[in-house]
This record gives sequence, C-alpha cells and structure tokens, in this order.
Amino acid sequence: MKGIKEKHPLLMRWTHWVNFPILTIMIWSGMLIYWANDEYKITLLGHTYVHFFPDWFYNLLHVPGRLAEGMAFHFLFMWLFALNGFVYVLYTIISGQWRQLLPNRHSFKEAWLVVLHDLHIRKMAPPQDKYNAAQRIAYTAIIIMGLGSLVTGLAIYKPVQFNWLCWLCGGYHLARIWHFVLTIGYVFFFLIHVIQVILAGWNNFRSVVSGFEVVNVRPEPKIENNNGDEKV
Amino acid sequence: MKKSKEGLMTERKIKRRNFISFAFFGAYIASTYTGFRWLYKSPDETPDITAGAHKPLRRALNKTELFFRRLTFNENHLVKTYPRSMAVQQIRHNSDIGSAGELPPENWKLQVKRISGETLQITLNELMKLPKTEITYDFKCVEGWDQISHWEGVSFRDFMAHYSLEAESGMGYVGLETPDQQYYVGIDMPSAMHPQTLLAYQMNDELLNGKHGQPLRLIIPVKYGIKNLKRIGTITFSNSRPRDYWAERGYDYYSGL
Repeated sequence: MKGIKEKHPLLMRWTHWVNFPILTIMIWSGMLIYWANDEYKITLLGHTYVHFFPDWFYNLLHVPGRLAEGMAFHFLFMWLFALNGFVYVLYTIISGQWRQLLPNRHSFKEAWLVVLHDLHIRKMAPPQDKYNAAQRIAYTAIIIMGLGSLVTGLAIYKPVQFNWLCWLCGGYHLARIWHFVLTIGYVFFFLIHVIQVILAGWNNFRSVVSGFEVVNVRPEPKIENNNGDEKV
Repeated sequence: MKKSKEGLMTERKIKRRNFISFAFFGAYIASTYTGFRWLYKSPDETPDITAGAHKPLRRALNKTELFFRRLTFNENHLVKTYPRSMAVQQIRHNSDIGSAGELPPENWKLQVKRISGETLQITLNELMKLPKTEITYDFKCVEGWDQISHWEGVSFRDFMAHYSLEAESGMGYVGLETPDQQYYVGIDMPSAMHPQTLLAYQMNDELLNGKHGQPLRLIIPVKYGIKNLKRIGTITFSNSRPRDYWAERGYDYYSGL
C-alpha cells in the first residue's frame, strides 16, 4: 500500500527554489563585472590550461561591455540572495532541521562509502536518515560558501569602510579571488546536483516541490473480526 | 474492504497535494520568468544627472549606496597606506578623456568658483607653496584592477582652509571639470573633505605628465578611479549633484569604497 512520508518542510522548499534564479542572476551579473578585468587563469609550468574566460564564451553569452549593467543587477540581487539565505538558515536553526543537515561525527567516513556506492564501486550504501553523509556535507558546505560569497563580496564592495573584512579575507586581491572561486564552486555544485537529482528519480524530485515522498507501507497486521478482539 | 478504502484515500491525498504543489510551482516559475523579463526589458531612466541605467535598477543602486553610506561612511575610516617602496614606477594609463596631450603648468590656472560668484584663479606655484601631503595607497579601478601608487599634493581640506572656502565646504557637493569640459565628476562633500583626498601635482616625485592629468588632478582614495579626475580646470560647489561623466553612463553616482 502507498503511504505519504513527509520530507521537506514548505519553507525549505521555497528558499531552495527562490535561491535558484537569484543565484543564476548573481552569477550572470558577476560575469559582466568580472569581464572588465578578467585576469584569472590556471597556469602550470608556463603553460596556461584554462583562461577564465575565452572570447567565444563571452560572445556566446553577450558579456562584453556591460560592466555598469552588471553592477546594477549585482547590487540589487545581492539583497535577495542574502535575505533568502538568512531566512533559510534561521528556519533551519529554529525548526531543528539542522539535525538532519549538519554533518555528524560519522559523516566524513560515511561520505566516502556514499561516493563509492554512487560510482557503483560499492554495493551497499550506508544507512541514512533524510540526507546521506555526502549530502549533509555538501548541503552544509554550500551554505558556508554562500556566507563566504557575502563576506568576500562586501570586502570587495567597500574595501575602505569594511577594511577589517578585507583584511580578514587576506586583502583585496584574495577577496576577489575567493569571490570568483566560490562562484566556480556553485557551478560545479549545480552540475553534480542536477546529475544526482536525475539519477535519484521522480519521487525524490517531487519531494522538493510537494514536500513528501510516496513510500510503500506494509499494512498493519490487524485482525478483523466481529467481536472486536485485536491481537495484543 | 477497509484497507483498500484507506489506500484510496492516500492515493487521493497524494494526487491533491501534488496538484496544489505543482500548480504553485508552475505559477512561481512563470512569475519569476515574467518578473525578470520585465526588469531586463525595463526602460532606461530619463537622462539627467544620472543616465544609462534601467529605471528600477537605478533606484535600487541609489538606495543601496545611501544605505551603505549611512551605515559605514566615517571620515575616520582611513584608506590603508603602504610603504613608499611598494609603489609602482609605471602607473597604469587607462583613459585620457578631457586630458589628452600636454598642458604645461604655465598655460594653466585653476578656476575656483565661489558661491558668491567670484572666481579664484590659482597657479600651480601658489598651490605648491601650501603644505604638501603624500600618500601611497592602493588605487582601485571600477573595472577590478588596482595598483599601489604614490602621489603628492595639497590635501583638499588644507586647500579649502587656505582659501577660506568655509561657506563652500558647507555645501553638499564639489564639482570638478577638465578645462575642455569633456570629463567631469561630482563628489559629495564628506568624501571630498576626507583627510586623504588630494589635489595632486606629483607622482613618484615628478610633476604630473600628460598621461596622468598634468598639471593637477584629483586623488580621492575613498572612491573608484572614475572619480579621480585628471587635469582639473574648474572647481564648483553646489547643493545639488553636479554632472558626472560615468554616472551618465550607467554607473553609480556615489562610487564610494
């Protein structure tokens, strides 16, 4: 028999979906800003492997020459990004959902087993609650990354008035590099996240929209008879 | 029979909850798409002191800047300074709108328009007799690059005091323009009167050359480079925002750091 198993509270579903377009706009407008001084590349032993970003990529997304526009979008949506994140964290703390979310002392060991299982190297996945160990680590990390983006962003935005933040980030240059690296991190997170969601299937996806999963429940062993006796 | 009835109830419940959730989800996606499209296609502001930004985004930009200015701006927040030896020798040359080519100091006089209507004409020699202030700091461009550079000149505060511009310093803004009026900036008075704001005539012990604003430029470390006007021709004072080159091209008017 089918049964309903509650999974994601309403507020967590909403903040999740609200974050998606906001973060997309932040990454896009951030790229418009970054273009004006696109100095980051990965160079090893004199050979440049990746340049962030090649011209074809910029042209594809119509990035060039839109610094002012990028800043205007970025400095509006940063409020929504911060606010949405704040609501999510506050709710997680108050509702006690953090217990399901934060990694515990087993998580770091178990996460490897989850990864091995997902890569079809290991047959059995460790037993899990709402989230498995790898999810706990990933979903906690992404919140810390969000906070990191706010802190490094503020440090770049007002390096004089928030000079202590700038110092905390290791200076203006490092703050800008962290801000960039975190953004690349979101993109990787997104890719893996989407692949995992596809692999996990419809029941899992639906639970992030409607809040519940459909599970098979074994009918309770009740004995129906006329004199109302029940098994003790 | 009871069991299958329960099963049916659950089935119906699942359907109902799915329907409601996905209806809201769909409405959310549609409204997010519509909302962003509206903002993305929203008309530009009516060109005035500021121009070139989407109307709603300009409002947000102004409000955000005001929020941070009120929250954080403090004259005692000094810009970090560096040892002189860290300053670069070759200072990056990014733009020379309004300051192309040479303008020898003997062919130039600073015009200061007092609110009384009187215009002060000041030569570079006169300025160089005032107390000299030096600074080695990290010059920051709105594009995202920065450079530690060394500048020398008269602090704007000292300049105002020396020429008895007390009434003027009570105004809201300072406007600076190049002699040919091609480039112009507006600076709020608290930022102009910040102790590290300079009317600079030297970099690395040499008088400014044609590329860096000969003979006098603004060095205002609490602002992005776009506000550091090269080759000052006139200085004015007003309570409304003076015109500003980059604010007319979609950038924030305040552009403070």
